[in-house]
Amino acid sequence: MLEYEGKNASTIFKSSSFKDLKIGVLAIQGAVSEHMHSIEKCGARAVAVRNSSLLHDLDGLIIPGGESTTIGRLSRLYGFQDGICALVASGRPALGTCAGLILLAREVENQDPILSLMSINAKRNAFGRQRESFETDLHIPVLGEEPFRGVFIRAPLIVSVGEGVEILGRFQEYIVAVREKNLIATAFHPELTDDLRFHGYFLEMALQKAG
Amino acid sequence: MVERGTFRVKKGMAEMQKGGVIMDVTNHEQAKLAEAAGAVAVMALERVPADIRAAGGVARMADPEKILRIMDAVTIPVMAKCRIGHFVEAQILEALGVDYIDESEVLTPADEHYHINKHKFTVPFVCGCRDLGEALRRIGEGAAMLRTKGEPGTGNVVEAVRHMRGVMDQIRLVQNTLEEELMTLSRELGAPYELVLEVKRLGALPVVNFAAGGIATPADAALMMQLGADGVFVGSGIFKSKDPEKRARAIVEATLHYDDPEHLAAVSRGLGEAMPGIDITLLTDAERMQVRGV
Repeated sequence: MLEYEGKNASTIFKSSSFKDLKIGVLAIQGAVSEHMHSIEKCGARAVAVRNSSLLHDLDGLIIPGGESTTIGRLSRLYGFQDGICALVASGRPALGTCAGLILLAREVENQDPILSLMSINAKRNAFGRQRESFETDLHIPVLGEEPFRGVFIRAPLIVSVGEGVEILGRFQEYIVAVREKNLIATAFHPELTDDLRFHGYFLEMALQKAG
Repeated sequence: MVERGTFRVKKGMAEMQKGGVIMDVTNHEQAKLAEAAGAVAVMALERVPADIRAAGGVARMADPEKILRIMDAVTIPVMAKCRIGHFVEAQILEALGVDYIDESEVLTPADEHYHINKHKFTVPFVCGCRDLGEALRRIGEGAAMLRTKGEPGTGNVVEAVRHMRGVMDQIRLVQNTLEEELMTLSRELGAPYELVLEVKRLGALPVVNFAAGGIATPADAALMMQLGADGVFVGSGIFKSKDPEKRARAIVEATLHYDDPEHLAAVSRGLGEAMPGIDITLLTDAERMQVRGV
């Protein structure tokens, strides 16, 4: 009755260990513990970032799924923006999933952008309401040949991308995963599967930066 | 292949609400106010629980017209309540496109023996619970999210506390019980054995569990979070208070900073009068909503 993904962590991790990496998960609201769990299973340290003073000594930041309206409003209220922008400007990687993608986008249909860090145009709730939420296998070449299970929950999509944005994956004709320099955004939720390849890919970026 | 309504997709929706506040609203203006205050979802209702309690009679699913207007007014998820066991009200709510259905004891039960078979639906369900057995029975029927029942519409948090402590105590009991003793414990709890094993393996409920029923102040919300809730539902507490907008924002902030007393002190200042409360011991058995649908 309860479904748990049987897939094991893939062998794509090139480096032997992520143990010295400290990755923050923005902990305003949403799927914080799921991302922390995935990061810890990859062997790195995960920190719940509940105030902006915790941002400066991280090796990377994850902005989780949740309600983007709520996360956006509270991140403004608590002054997270400057700290997140500084982290990204220093070259350390950030990953935004679902609501996190909305926070990173430079343009969002029918609303003001929040962090404006990525050259993407995003549309909220692009597939409809919860009954239209779905899961499906995705082909994401940077993660290898094996399909990646994409869990889309009231998901946004990326309507268009600017120059320098690499498309990592599509669902049908829609863009659902992108990378621009040290930033990654996905419309789906890798933290809701047991497949650790996406988090591993992100940790590789953090490791390269940390040297 | 695209799969809709899998348990992971239903349960994942509730996971995205964690750390948030879900607010009862009875019209689209209230829904907009809740969204602007930082609610993660709204519950569309004909009346808030305190008014249902005062009105008496049979409380039913809200008018679809009202629910649709609320859905049009906000971009956050919209939940709606159906009566316990009233699977046709649930079918109607699913057809309307609500994001979550609350099979709720706040409304008058339609079936005194059976809950809805929630596995049959694509839309996810949240159900109330007072202990681990009740929680796991609802999950067994397909609920993808839980909330403590508390005593709705009273502005009195004592029952929500009792129920949250009850669930948490029994989770610890399961964790400390030897595997060969779990079948007997399952029988005593009135819980499906497989789900008891799951609780033992996880050391937690397999789905998100919010607090509900009597939360009226930022301190109430923070109390429930410190007791282990994943988030809170506020029913009458906001729109039955003097200054709903200020109170809504304060409860959202208190739910986030639940373990920071200085922050809680700051957001609790000058909120105006809270909703009037009711002493639980003065309620008759017939007035206690929590005993409906166990």
